[in-house]
Amino acid sequence: MGYTLKMRIWRGDQSGGDLGDYEVEVSEGEVVLDALHRVQATQAGDLAIRWNCKAGKCGSCSAEINGRPKLLCMTRLSDFDPAETITVTPMRTFPVIRDLVTDVSYNYEKAKELPYAELGPRDADGKRRMAQIDVERGQEFRKCIECFLCQNTCHVVRDHEDNKPAFAGPRFFLRYAELDMHPLDTHDRRALAQGAAGLGMCNITKCCTEVCPEGIKITDNAIIPMKERVVDRKYDPLVWLGNKIGIRNKDNDGRTEV
Amino acid sequence: MTESTRHPMTGNEMSGTSEGGMERHQYDVVVVGAGGAGLRAAIAAHEAGARTAVVCKSLLGKAHTVMAEGGIAAAMGNRWPEDNWEVHFRDTMRGGKMLNNWRMAQLHAQEAPERVQELEDWGALFDRTEDGLISQRDFGGHKYARLAHVGDRTGLEMIRTLQQRTVQLGIDVFMECTITEVLKDDGRVSGAFGYWRESGRFITFEAPTVILATGGIGKSFKVTSNSWEYTGDGHALALRAGAALINMEFVQFHPTGMVWPPSVKGLLVTESVRGDGGILRNSEGKRFMFDYIPEFFRSETADTEEEADRWYEDKKNNRRPPELLPRDEVARAINSEIKAGRGSPHGGIFLDIASRRSPEFIRKRLPSMYHQFKELADVDITAEPMEIGPTCHYVMGGVEVDADTQESAVTGLYAVGECSGGMHGSNRLGGNSLGDLLVFGKRAGEAAAAYAAGLPARPAVDEDDVKAASASALAPFEVEGGENPYSIQQDLQQSMNDLVGIIRTAAELESSLVEIEAFKERAKGMVVEGHRQYNPGWHLSIDLRNMLIVSEAIAKAALAREESRGGHTRDDFPQTDNEVWGKKNLVVTLDAAGTGVELSEKPLPVMPDELKKYFD
Repeated sequence: MGYTLKMRIWRGDQSGGDLGDYEVEVSEGEVVLDALHRVQATQAGDLAIRWNCKAGKCGSCSAEINGRPKLLCMTRLSDFDPAETITVTPMRTFPVIRDLVTDVSYNYEKAKELPYAELGPRDADGKRRMAQIDVERGQEFRKCIECFLCQNTCHVVRDHEDNKPAFAGPRFFLRYAELDMHPLDTHDRRALAQGAAGLGMCNITKCCTEVCPEGIKITDNAIIPMKERVVDRKYDPLVWLGNKIGIRNKDNDGRTEV
Repeated sequence: MTESTRHPMTGNEMSGTSEGGMERHQYDVVVVGAGGAGLRAAIAAHEAGARTAVVCKSLLGKAHTVMAEGGIAAAMGNRWPEDNWEVHFRDTMRGGKMLNNWRMAQLHAQEAPERVQELEDWGALFDRTEDGLISQRDFGGHKYARLAHVGDRTGLEMIRTLQQRTVQLGIDVFMECTITEVLKDDGRVSGAFGYWRESGRFITFEAPTVILATGGIGKSFKVTSNSWEYTGDGHALALRAGAALINMEFVQFHPTGMVWPPSVKGLLVTESVRGDGGILRNSEGKRFMFDYIPEFFRSETADTEEEADRWYEDKKNNRRPPELLPRDEVARAINSEIKAGRGSPHGGIFLDIASRRSPEFIRKRLPSMYHQFKELADVDITAEPMEIGPTCHYVMGGVEVDADTQESAVTGLYAVGECSGGMHGSNRLGGNSLGDLLVFGKRAGEAAAAYAAGLPARPAVDEDDVKAASASALAPFEVEGGENPYSIQQDLQQSMNDLVGIIRTAAELESSLVEIEAFKERAKGMVVEGHRQYNPGWHLSIDLRNMLIVSEAIAKAALAREESRGGHTRDDFPQTDNEVWGKKNLVVTLDAAGTGVELSEKPLPVMPDELKKYFD
């Protein structure tokens, strides 16, 4: 079952680099990360790869395989023709540290700017009650493994370094949507989503949804509903009129604007 | 200092010896590890007013906790009002074959419910019961459905919740930074020394307390569910700092790991599959667990398939299916079936939920498993059985600590979670790990903060120790013509798998100790290529020293314990010997030369009478 796989792997650091050619023995059922590990163990001991669980659960091993953003541990070699050369490059949106490892601190900086959950008091018996159907909306977004492939793919920042300060990116729009849909949360973050996070810069091309290894419908279930909520508050003429004459939309009752 | 020694991108000084190469920080509490235990400890220390840092080998949110699937065991009584801490305490002690530190088992059972509710306060979204409460699922060894869960990705929910809390509180996190030494001053902790993986630059923390939360040791075994980080760092740091390890002979082999394809061999298949109705069959189609019910659990285990199947709906009038015996029992049974030639085509056993639950139910309750098998093995678990076999999953052994504060024998050094010992005795029940992380993480964080606040003067970091730690870390660059660390690691993993695995004998354990000595010799001549910037070969060469000393601890303790109990099975001593071995722990410490470990014995803490009554 085994064969010799031809790989091209980007080697270098911020000062520059190049694709290196490697040939490595692979066997049935292996994934791209297996092949890279074998290169590391036998030919290039200092080949830098970021990885942890090798099970698609931690989101560490994001890279671009033949130009497509993927998790190295979930991309099977059987998806490629054995004669094909597989090219592995680091994520393009983030600065390279070394080889396939990029500096993803942009995402951790953005995370620091995020709002957080603010629940009201517990019920009298010390517990909280929520319906399964209500928590499922947020649960979809909490499946996110923070691989940052959506951030890497999003064209708002992929080739536009200048947009980074004003744009939180799809991963963090998920967080806004999750908090906004939390059945017991008490904050209204719509203004924050539009202002600080730059939700308006997204023009829903769905690239993020396409690359999500968890299959989260980022655009349809998080970003578009958030945009609608923001628009309801800001631009809906009926809401505007209602506000003027003292009739309020009650959708966000119990939530305090932050 | 010359300009040329600075890295062009990071500006970091790349020489470890010159003054500019060292970064220094002062904290009250330094937590090593950012899994559930480390983050919970950091949150507690911060909330108690301590200046707190978290230092972790990976990015924040990637720690091994993320892999936990089943749930957090906590007697909240949401499904079964009969459940309470006493029942949970009893289950835990019996699961550990009574070798647990009773006080830890008690504290864990009492405090886990509030720790889970706290996660919900911080934004965690658990699955719900019909009444809207946190749902609780069945698991092996637990009398009642007790595991708070989110599908089969509970660990992800837990780590994300703690991570978001940590960020919200503004706690300093040093990511991709590895601690290599705990520093001491006159017997007390004075700080920690490590390196940034990104730049290779050294870093010294001056702090009167260090909390080890580094997880386990599974990467010393070939077939394991553990990630690369699990190299026993906390165990080894504690040993070198002068603390003791207990229970090291007890290594949990999870009954259900994937066996095919080879590249994912060992990857975890959650116990929830069995908790939610899955059963084990051999190649003859026989539901074989009924043949392996041990005397110890006979009175509480169903002996017919009919009773076992009724139990899922009616727990009052039926006993638990044997598939839900504690993990050590199930793993041994699977091992025996495979050895007897009744295994599956790829050398495992069949785990079948497809014929027992609807596809909708399976996809809803076990989404990660569905995804994992579909993506990695082309198996649709709603239509066909899985092939599974035992995999090295967890080490019960760890740093010997005070039950209430988690402090080790070294003042200022604490250990929590998997790298601490005692809580789980000889075998951990599923679901008790996540609760352990939360309960004792909080306790350690508070204890460390209180100790740091009460100190009249800070212990000082000795510059000679820092120099020695730098030299030791850089040693693999100095060697010429030595061996690549990857090959030593592979040989160690194979050796531990073959000789210190699920079933052990004196002869094999003796040869493993000989082999470990040989690996230690080879490791002295390890060489790494390249430079210090993000160099995995160098990182492995440092981690490998920890793996070797911890492997030696496991093998030595396993050879000494001449009985079978929990996660330690001796083919030459198959009986559980309560008279001799049920009353003491094996304690591992560093030997005088500092190059190996030695063993001593210590009586178990004695349970007070008011708790003994639960075991009559």
